[in-house]
Amino acid sequence: MQSIEQYLEEHPFFEGLGEESLTLIAGCARNIHVPAGAFLLRAGEQADTFYAIRHGRVAIELGGPAGGPVVLDSVHDGEIVGWSWLIPPHRWKFDARASEPTSAVAFDGACLRGKCESDTALAYGLLLRVAQVMDRRLQSARVRLLDMYGVSP
Amino acid sequence: MTDAVGQAPMLPRLFSVTRSRQDTTDTYTLELQPLDGFPLVFESGQFTMLHAFGVGEVPISISGDPTTPGPLKQTIRDVGSVTRALVAAQPGTVLGVRGPFGAGWNVAAAAGGDVVFVAGGIGLAPLRPAILEVCARREDYRRVVLLYGSRTPADILFQDSLDTWRRDFGLDVQVTVDNGQRDWHGRVGLVTHLIAHAGFDPQQTTALICGPEVMMRYAATAFLDRGVRPSNVRLSLERNMRCGVGLCGHCQYREFFLCVDGPVLDYARLEPLMARREL
Repeated sequence: MQSIEQYLEEHPFFEGLGEESLTLIAGCARNIHVPAGAFLLRAGEQADTFYAIRHGRVAIELGGPAGGPVVLDSVHDGEIVGWSWLIPPHRWKFDARASEPTSAVAFDGACLRGKCESDTALAYGLLLRVAQVMDRRLQSARVRLLDMYGVSP
Repeated sequence: MTDAVGQAPMLPRLFSVTRSRQDTTDTYTLELQPLDGFPLVFESGQFTMLHAFGVGEVPISISGDPTTPGPLKQTIRDVGSVTRALVAAQPGTVLGVRGPFGAGWNVAAAAGGDVVFVAGGIGLAPLRPAILEVCARREDYRRVVLLYGSRTPADILFQDSLDTWRRDFGLDVQVTVDNGQRDWHGRVGLVTHLIAHAGFDPQQTTALICGPEVMMRYAATAFLDRGVRPSNVRLSLERNMRCGVGLCGHCQYREFFLCVDGPVLDYARLEPLMARREL
């Protein structure tokens, strides 16, 4: 059976973070398994957890103006869910729901923030990685605003 | 000037609609048989000028199998008066067909390596013949991946073909949509983001891309970022094709006439042009 540190070493998000930093953050982590349909986090709740997905699929959702929620993005093996644990006021802006059985490493957000405050190299490493994810998702949202598959005027 | 069956390229041949299949709410695939009995021989990626008599003529990609004799298949999205007339054509309706025209995907040049298809929306239709060509000679290719982006789950084209390619030919088929509802359990997000996880060997990969131009630009950049040679990244461009033989100039893209030099061109030639706003 693999330790959490070994999982983190293999997870693309943490690639290049360094053994010392991985050991440090592993102390804030636990393994979780969630069934399909279960929520990892809900909009409006305190953002106190950060998930590194090992296997499965998570839908990032937002309640639509009418009808059911709209799935804005899906997160898969090797990706992460949530950055609001890092950014005040630490409150989730979206729902995240497992759309299939999902295994993840769940980090305690307050614990991670504490480690970051005392270790600037770790803080920079995590911020850089989270910023890359934010950049990719912002790009995705911008391009999809173009409705590029719609009919041209 | 005449083509292989002695037909002047500006003169439509007559084809009869034998079948019409509704693929999505606004997209149909027509099957056509030539009234003169000579099948239309084409290469994957080529297009025809399809003529609805009394209405007009538009360029339409061929979506059938170039390796197997059969009816001419053309997939049409209802976006204007001519395409509306075409998708409304019932079995027995006679349409005019000019072509095939243009330079295709040149799939055979990818033999021996990995092939990654990236399709967006109705861009899967012109790629379908190339995918069928690879499937017909599957042993000639290594890893074959299809990354397909659609607006919504209801807009996914050729669902039955996607399943067959995955199941019978070992293609890694990944589908993503821009807008998903909760009953969609697949991927949601940009098709270009799937490229990072497609697992190909950049040195021996050919990428064939067809879809909205903004998507193709991002996709081509993603392949180049991963070390794929620009000459191995091929895009199918859409412009206002009219004559089909490079005379009228409607489809001119600086030095290229896309109806003759294209619609498929490699990114080594396109890169300097695609970023220019004035073209």
